[in-house]
Amino acid sequence: MNPKSREFLVKFQSVAALLLMVIALSLAPQISGTFFSQENALNVLRQISVNLCLSIGMTLVILSGGIDLSVGSVLAFSGAVAAGLLKNGIVIPAFGAALQFTVFGAIVAGLVVGAFLGWFNGWVITRFKLPPFVATLGMLSIARGLTQLWTKGFPITGLGPQFGFIGTGHLLGLPMPVWISAVLVVIFVIVTRKTRLGRYLYAIGGNERAALLSGLNLNGIKLAVYALGGALAGIAGLLLTARLDSATPNAGIGYELDSIAAVVIGGTSLSGGRGSVLGTVLGCLIIGVLNNGLVLLEVSPFWQQVIKGFVILAAVALDKMHAKE
Amino acid sequence: MTDDATAVDVALIARGISKSFPGVKALDNVSLAVRRGRLHALLGENGAGKSTLMNILAGVFPPDSGEITLEGERVAFRNTREAREAGIAIIFQELNLIPHLSVAQNIFLGREPLTAAGLIDDARMNREATEWLRRLKLEVDPRRQVATLRIGQQQVVEIAKALSLKARVIIMDEPTSAITDQEVKVLHGIIQQLKADGVAIIYITHKLDELPIIADEFTVMRDGRYVGSQETKAATHDDIVRMMVGRDLSEMFSRTPTEPRDEVLRVEGLYLDHPERAGDFAVRDVSFYLRRGEVLGIFGLMGAGRTELLETLFGLHPKRARGKIAVEGKAAWFSSAREAIDAGVALAPEDRKREGLVLSLSVAANTSLACIGKTERMGLLDAGREAELADGYVKRLRTKTPSVHQLARNLSGGNQQKVVLAKWLATEPKVLLLDEPTRGVDINAKKEIYALMDELVASGLGVVLVSSELPEILAVADRILVMSEGRKTAEFSRAEANEENIMRAALPKD
Repeated sequence: MNPKSREFLVKFQSVAALLLMVIALSLAPQISGTFFSQENALNVLRQISVNLCLSIGMTLVILSGGIDLSVGSVLAFSGAVAAGLLKNGIVIPAFGAALQFTVFGAIVAGLVVGAFLGWFNGWVITRFKLPPFVATLGMLSIARGLTQLWTKGFPITGLGPQFGFIGTGHLLGLPMPVWISAVLVVIFVIVTRKTRLGRYLYAIGGNERAALLSGLNLNGIKLAVYALGGALAGIAGLLLTARLDSATPNAGIGYELDSIAAVVIGGTSLSGGRGSVLGTVLGCLIIGVLNNGLVLLEVSPFWQQVIKGFVILAAVALDKMHAKE
Repeated sequence: MTDDATAVDVALIARGISKSFPGVKALDNVSLAVRRGRLHALLGENGAGKSTLMNILAGVFPPDSGEITLEGERVAFRNTREAREAGIAIIFQELNLIPHLSVAQNIFLGREPLTAAGLIDDARMNREATEWLRRLKLEVDPRRQVATLRIGQQQVVEIAKALSLKARVIIMDEPTSAITDQEVKVLHGIIQQLKADGVAIIYITHKLDELPIIADEFTVMRDGRYVGSQETKAATHDDIVRMMVGRDLSEMFSRTPTEPRDEVLRVEGLYLDHPERAGDFAVRDVSFYLRRGEVLGIFGLMGAGRTELLETLFGLHPKRARGKIAVEGKAAWFSSAREAIDAGVALAPEDRKREGLVLSLSVAANTSLACIGKTERMGLLDAGREAELADGYVKRLRTKTPSVHQLARNLSGGNQQKVVLAKWLATEPKVLLLDEPTRGVDINAKKEIYALMDELVASGLGVVLVSSELPEILAVADRILVMSEGRKTAEFSRAEANEENIMRAALPKD
């Protein structure tokens, strides 16, 4: 099968799944009214925006043949750092004075922290040749611990309306998180399709040895991709913190699994080299609509998890069947 | 097929076997009959389809059509395990042993004898392994790690494994290509013994000198087709060569006479530390030069250090290598592939699937991978430019692909190799290092690759050709450098070189 039609089929598969779900929900009379309201649609989009930010980064990492288990913890620490700096500033013992942060400064700090932790993942992976699974498993614990230390175990709340705007505000009728994740989608669709970095991700994930022999700087590319993944987790942390007006030490626990699920449902191969950001958007939508529909149908949250698990299995099994052709 | 193929002593018959892979018909209606207690040699150039046929017999993949009869019964293997249980064992050129397990553990892998308690009975396993090894006259401790054995010894372990599986048909794929003369003698002795025990042996080899010693009959294949079978006694060396080649090599390949020009690459005293054995070298004190407009052939057996030499030149082992390299008279030492590429050196590696291509990317993306800057416009990749670049090479190399957007995975071996070459030509190299560029490609692609090399050399490129095919290297190279055990053991001009003196220089000295 040629790549265009293959790609189409993979996308179509996700689109079809999404359509099926929507149709199924429309056949449930008790909820179809609510489900198809504009309010609910925006609600779904807003709910998936945090996972979408994480999943874009996860897509890049997985395309390169890696995995990042630390995104949930990095999200929490980035959000907590931003919240803490905004609320309390930072005390510099040498001057005995507290340095206050503007909203902008706090946001930048959150992003830098996310990018740095991601870079550290990349550094451990490239410098010590650790499998990404192990390296980021370490970071999962490190960043969670740092979050607990930074917050002393208590939520940081009362962050003010300015900061809250990025989580709860609206622009032209759309929630800010939707805008932000949409802009990121556009940027990273271009990065993956139209830049060297994007091409190199596919090359490394497809065949690392061939990429090396073609003169690619594997270490540099891996550092970049993990740092980007960390920065995107940082953005997700800022969105979540702003929306809840609270940075909690337990924020984002288990988010890495939702994000890997979205990437995989979106048709990106876990072994790397194959997939797309747009696929991941569909993956996030499918998970979002599924969650939303099941909640509206008043399915118990325990069953929701079971159903989500089967959706992931079905998506990967379908993908494998195509890959065999 | 020989006339008495239906005789009672026939162990295995394959009839009308065909097999296609995307873009290439690997086997076309091939038949083969092997008798008990006989060695049947399977001959043919690389790409003739021998390995495909063996893989089918051993259950690696099924044929598209045709039937296989083992001891009078129709068989259709779904996997190698079924073939093995039916009594067909294959010993691949790349041995299939697990290096960190012991000899005995390898022999009994997957069917370890158990004690009453259900645990592995090591004592019995080692005892039985010793028994098999003794029969094959290999005196090693069955508890020894396989990785510490020589290739020839590992081969014997594979044979012991096959025997312990009660194999009635043993397929050996070029078993003598990488072992010393002494080990060859041992192997030939073992083969006589196997024959006396009634085992049927299918033996793939390129060394025709072996045939009178061990082979009872032989079959020749060419371009995926059956050419003919004969009793070894009834055929002369020349008969066999004629059947194999089917045409003069000179017909396939003609070098445009070129006058070598100025020196483009000089290598002096190049050493590469052995990756595992401290104090030993994978490449040892190799020096040579290469001029524009010439092909330097490098010949050596498996493990001679040819690939390592090319990799070192290409900057892949900066930490383990030392020596002097100069490109166009300027001293150069590459610490990465990027630096080598930027200096005008290109390496088309031996294993195009594992090292040459990203199979999941398109022909266009593979072509531009090493020089992606050429396809950029304002910092973004320009699909139009990239397609144009790739299309130029598709036309020039006559790569058979429906479009440049086709995935590399879906091309045949020869066409994949052309994509690898396109990638390197796109970097506009001055020195092209080719590691076995025609391995496993069909005869037409081979012809085209030779023609391309000729064209490149005529246009002033310097080409280093590593090949393990003597006829190829004799036909194509202007000068021939022979390596053995990491050393340069000889250098010949085209006029001086012949199969004999090259081979003598290539065999390890013990």
